[in-house]
Amino acid sequence: MLNNSAKLLKTPFTHLKDISNLLMHQASGPARASKPVSGVTFTPEPASGGKKFRMQTRNLTVRYGTTIGVEDVTLPIYDKEVLALIGPSGCGKTTYLRALNRMHDLTRIASVTGEVLLDGTDIYGNDINPVNIRRRIGMVFQKPTPFPTMSIYDNVVAGLKLVGIRKKSLLDEVCERALKQAALFEEVKDRLRSPGAGLSGGQQQRLSIARALAVDPEVMLMDEPTSSLDPQSTNRIEELIHTLKEQVTIVIVTHNMQQAARLSDRTAFFYVGHLIETGTTNDIFTKPKETRTEEYISGRFG
Amino acid sequence: MKTMLQRNIRDRFMEGLLVLSTIIVLLPLIIIIAHVIIHGIGALNWDFFTQELGSPSRALQGRPTGLVHTILGTLVVDFMALTIALPVGLGAGIMLSEYPDHKLNPVLRVMNDTLNGMPAILKGLLAFVLIVKPMGTFSGFSGGVALSFVMLPIIARTTESALMSIPWSIREAGLAIGLPRWRVVLSTVMPAARFGLVTGTLIAFARAAGEAAPLLFTSFGNNYLPNHWLGMILGPVDTLPQRLYSLAISPYSHWHNMGWAAAIVLLVFVMLTFATARFFTRQKF
Amino acid sequence: MSTDKDTRKNIRKLLRNPSAIYRRPGDLLFTFLVVTLGISIILLTLSMAFVLYGEGSAALREFGFFGFVRGTTWDPAVQLVFGAWPFLLGTVTTSVMALLISILPAIAVAIFTAEYAPRWLANIIDNLIQLIAAVPSVVIGIWGIFVLAPWLRDTVYLPVFMWAESSYPQLLPILGNPMGYGMTTATIVLALMIVPYTTALTKDAIRSVPQEQREACRALGATRWEVIRMAILPYARGGILAGAILSLGRAIGETMAVAMLIGNKNTLPFTIFGAGATMPSVIVNEFREAVESLHLSSLMAIGFTLFIIALIVNLFAAYLTRKFSIKGGQVI
Repeated sequence: MLNNSAKLLKTPFTHLKDISNLLMHQASGPARASKPVSGVTFTPEPASGGKKFRMQTRNLTVRYGTTIGVEDVTLPIYDKEVLALIGPSGCGKTTYLRALNRMHDLTRIASVTGEVLLDGTDIYGNDINPVNIRRRIGMVFQKPTPFPTMSIYDNVVAGLKLVGIRKKSLLDEVCERALKQAALFEEVKDRLRSPGAGLSGGQQQRLSIARALAVDPEVMLMDEPTSSLDPQSTNRIEELIHTLKEQVTIVIVTHNMQQAARLSDRTAFFYVGHLIETGTTNDIFTKPKETRTEEYISGRFG
Repeated sequence: MKTMLQRNIRDRFMEGLLVLSTIIVLLPLIIIIAHVIIHGIGALNWDFFTQELGSPSRALQGRPTGLVHTILGTLVVDFMALTIALPVGLGAGIMLSEYPDHKLNPVLRVMNDTLNGMPAILKGLLAFVLIVKPMGTFSGFSGGVALSFVMLPIIARTTESALMSIPWSIREAGLAIGLPRWRVVLSTVMPAARFGLVTGTLIAFARAAGEAAPLLFTSFGNNYLPNHWLGMILGPVDTLPQRLYSLAISPYSHWHNMGWAAAIVLLVFVMLTFATARFFTRQKF
Repeated sequence: MSTDKDTRKNIRKLLRNPSAIYRRPGDLLFTFLVVTLGISIILLTLSMAFVLYGEGSAALREFGFFGFVRGTTWDPAVQLVFGAWPFLLGTVTTSVMALLISILPAIAVAIFTAEYAPRWLANIIDNLIQLIAAVPSVVIGIWGIFVLAPWLRDTVYLPVFMWAESSYPQLLPILGNPMGYGMTTATIVLALMIVPYTTALTKDAIRSVPQEQREACRALGATRWEVIRMAILPYARGGILAGAILSLGRAIGETMAVAMLIGNKNTLPFTIFGAGATMPSVIVNEFREAVESLHLSSLMAIGFTLFIIALIVNLFAAYLTRKFSIKGGQVI
């Protein structure tokens, strides 16, 4: 099925309507009719036309014990786009994000069903090592997470050292590239050996981004990366995301709707564990189809 | 460059190593308990609980011997220690938690922790100098005092943390309805913290009940039951840990067996106290 | 129980201002009682130092503090010369060796229960580890005398001794008499007995590592062990160190099991398998039989030395616990 749709995607834009129908069809089991909220209605707009899927989730459900975190989410993530996940607190956006690189494996009571495809392969497949998946799908967290006992340099190359890369010239090169990508190099180039915990909050977050970039991920997951930062640092991170999307696919969870509007190409709105609506950011913010989306973005709840 | 396979092998290897270490650490415990039971169960008979020990010849000639005087002595000394340690420990704990601004509190905290960290044998020496020397004789009372030195800092510490865990608003509520400070502490805060207080006291009691070192120079030991019950307090008296030590280093195999049996009794006594403490830890209000 | 803001403020003020609290007669009495009891603990601790020093002063005067501590002869029978050096050496050797033996397994148990084991299993292991701390020292001692020591002698010491005798006779003076009761046996038992302390503090320290640190490391593509090595152990190293020092303090003061197993030999040199003595063990062995007042005073002086060492180690552990803000670390 997927190969089929992937092939179709490469064909011109006129077929897109059919593809989305096809996707909707394959995502809809018989049981879904009774759950109208999960009826996903995304229609790829010209902006994302011609782009291929990088990732896709199909009927993804995450449970914590008996509580449902997110239910039955089917959502494509296109190559080199910024996808913003918005919604009120506790709506499951972070839960969804963490399912994309198998972070739920760490929580004993969490269980994930459905499929998460990365380039057509289910990352929850039996023969898939989550460690490999996480190298391809990087992650940045709410709070900056430099390893406090390591220097700036060691923080950036931590991921490379894990795989046993010890060649200094290579490490130096990657460190510089990653720091430059994260727009941090100029500020720290003279003190690469000082502890990463000594940086300011915004710098620490860019260091965390640099560390994630150093292993050259294809997708970058960002969980409210600016929520603990001051406006100036937030600005720098946003600029950074703008540049980064040339190279990586970015999925970002944000509480801040202006941020979603500024940064993303497409937006997905989550509400109480369900994906309510996705579309181009422009559409979601100007002509949402669902009333709950409209209510949320116009500030009536959440 | 490490391959994924190498890293996974290393991961599994380290996990195996952790499991192995855990087993290595826990195995001796199980072996010890098993050996104590196997060796001691045979000597745990009616005589053990009803007869006094007497001289070694008594055992050698096959006459009935037991440790009734030891068990009674242990109870007397342990509860004497508790009677001494409980009010002082509670008082110090109350001072630490209810008078947080008192100037002496930092000093008290350091001194209490210091006392807690001191080897029990030094507490025995202290009780020897403070009680045995002036009294001129080894006595159950001095043993109780020595053990109370073991209990004291533990009770003070656990009392402090039990009372601290009660929200400050409960005190404010009590004061707001016009209760004096002492009533607030005694009839509001302490009842609310009762399970924590009981747990702490039991832990202190169990810790002290297993100690032999402080008793060697204080209650000293006695092969016979004193003629008068006051002899338990004013004269040398036997206690389980100290008797166990004496039996174990004695040259008589019959006494060795009794030592194992004493080990069962001591182990059960201490474990039961700890188990009760654990039980109370789980209790909520 | 709703108190309006002003009352609350007044009460807060009342609580902060001691003179206001201590004013009423009932409160005055209660405060007096509580503070007296608190002060009695302070006095008790101080009196321990003074009493031990006072009782040991005769010996310390006779030989001088350093003369006593560095003196290698302990002869209560003939010369009446007392030096604590053998016991100091015995205490330090057995404690430090016990710590070195036990620290890795103790940390491993903490890692396993905190990071690997399912909750039910972790609970069981936790309880068992605490149980080790709960077993009375004399019970471990009697087991050591009748089970461990003979077993070690037959399966370890004697074979090693035989092998050394035939292949490396020059090792024999270092190995010492393999009778079973000696330094190594005491050290092994000590190592077991201090595991709970290192484990408890290490576990607290591991628990205090923020979840984000683990996740950040995971998100870089680290395996479970790599997360432990890279994110958890470096973060928790302060707590591990504090736990190790606390365990060292326990090992230094551990008395009965050591006294029962170390073989009790008062003269240097101590050998690997051979008998030795520690400061607590010599006090236990000789105090009840000490007749000479100088002998008694010397034992008290050893007690004073032990007090000083335990004080330093405990204060250091307390300093570390506070510095790395590890809560509790309480072992039952």
